[in-house]
Amino acid sequence: MFQSKYGSTGIVDKPFRPGKQEVALSAFAYLFSELVQYCQSRVSNISELERKLDEVGHGVGLRLLEVLAYRERGQRRETRLLDMLKFVHSTLWRYLFGRQARDLEQSNTAEDEYMISDTGGVPREMGHLNPAAFVAGIVRGTLDGAGFPARVTAHYVPVPGQPRPKTVILMKFQNYQAIMQRDKQQ
Amino acid sequence: METINAEIFTLTYGSMVRQLIADYEDVEEVNKQLDKMGYSIGQRLIDEFLAKSKTQRCADFRDAAEKIAKVGFRMFLNVTAAVTGWNAEGTECSLILEDNPLADFVELPEQLAGLKYSNLLCGVIRGALEMVNMEVECTFVRDVLQGDDANEMRLKLLSSSTETYPFKDE
Repeated sequence: MFQSKYGSTGIVDKPFRPGKQEVALSAFAYLFSELVQYCQSRVSNISELERKLDEVGHGVGLRLLEVLAYRERGQRRETRLLDMLKFVHSTLWRYLFGRQARDLEQSNTAEDEYMISDTGGVPREMGHLNPAAFVAGIVRGTLDGAGFPARVTAHYVPVPGQPRPKTVILMKFQNYQAIMQRDKQQ
Repeated sequence: METINAEIFTLTYGSMVRQLIADYEDVEEVNKQLDKMGYSIGQRLIDEFLAKSKTQRCADFRDAAEKIAKVGFRMFLNVTAAVTGWNAEGTECSLILEDNPLADFVELPEQLAGLKYSNLLCGVIRGALEMVNMEVECTFVRDVLQGDDANEMRLKLLSSSTETYPFKDE
């Protein structure tokens, strides 16, 4: 990292705050809603908007990985695909939402696709925007930082008998063969 | 109140600021945009504050500033600010923020020397106070990220009016 111009202690030299700080959920909600509105003002359609949210999420994910690897994992970071997926499914999810994601599964149709699904979503009447694009961005950033570049998208899947759809985060890994190869060598 | 991990909040804010910088490519514009976003947050946040803080009506500006520092910041950001530097008329003061949750993990590169990273907060205060009939000006005058020794927001009361009967029903 670069040295700060202000004195000798740069940000990486400062002690890492161990405890869990909390802020009001509504403070985050205000911020997020401003973020969505801002993004909306810069784009002309929904998919661009989702891409923009994804972009912002990516920056968060990349940094979260570092924070989590230092704090929760004792300076270790996963290097195998399956371990990394578990990390996203449990550690990252618990960190973000206070609990594990519901399911982690591999796609039946393509072996390089994995899905994390969880309950809850915005009703269809709220338009076609999927705010989970932000979460998809966080997941993409986390995977990216760990060396598993993937295309990550968020989808709503209707659940029979349930009024609310479930949210599915679909991860399609790039260079899947190379990742598998790497896994074997470890 | 329900809470969320502060780091997610911090990182999301940081990522948003980076997005603004990338979009506007001009630090002054970014400052302005942050203030604008804060302003519209403040306008909505005041409702929640009034509903949940269970505080009494503020007697004067001095009272309002104390409430912002002690109750408002505690409620939403889980920190408190100190109110100092009153002028003689009691229309100007400074909020000193010892711990700024927006600025954790942040280090500004030299080319962003003019960036008021936490300018959102100024907007929030301005927006919130406007909804209770106090027009204020709020600016960051010292920022730890810019090498200052504290975070200081200067608060200046421009005008205030009390609601009088008959209330305008709009």
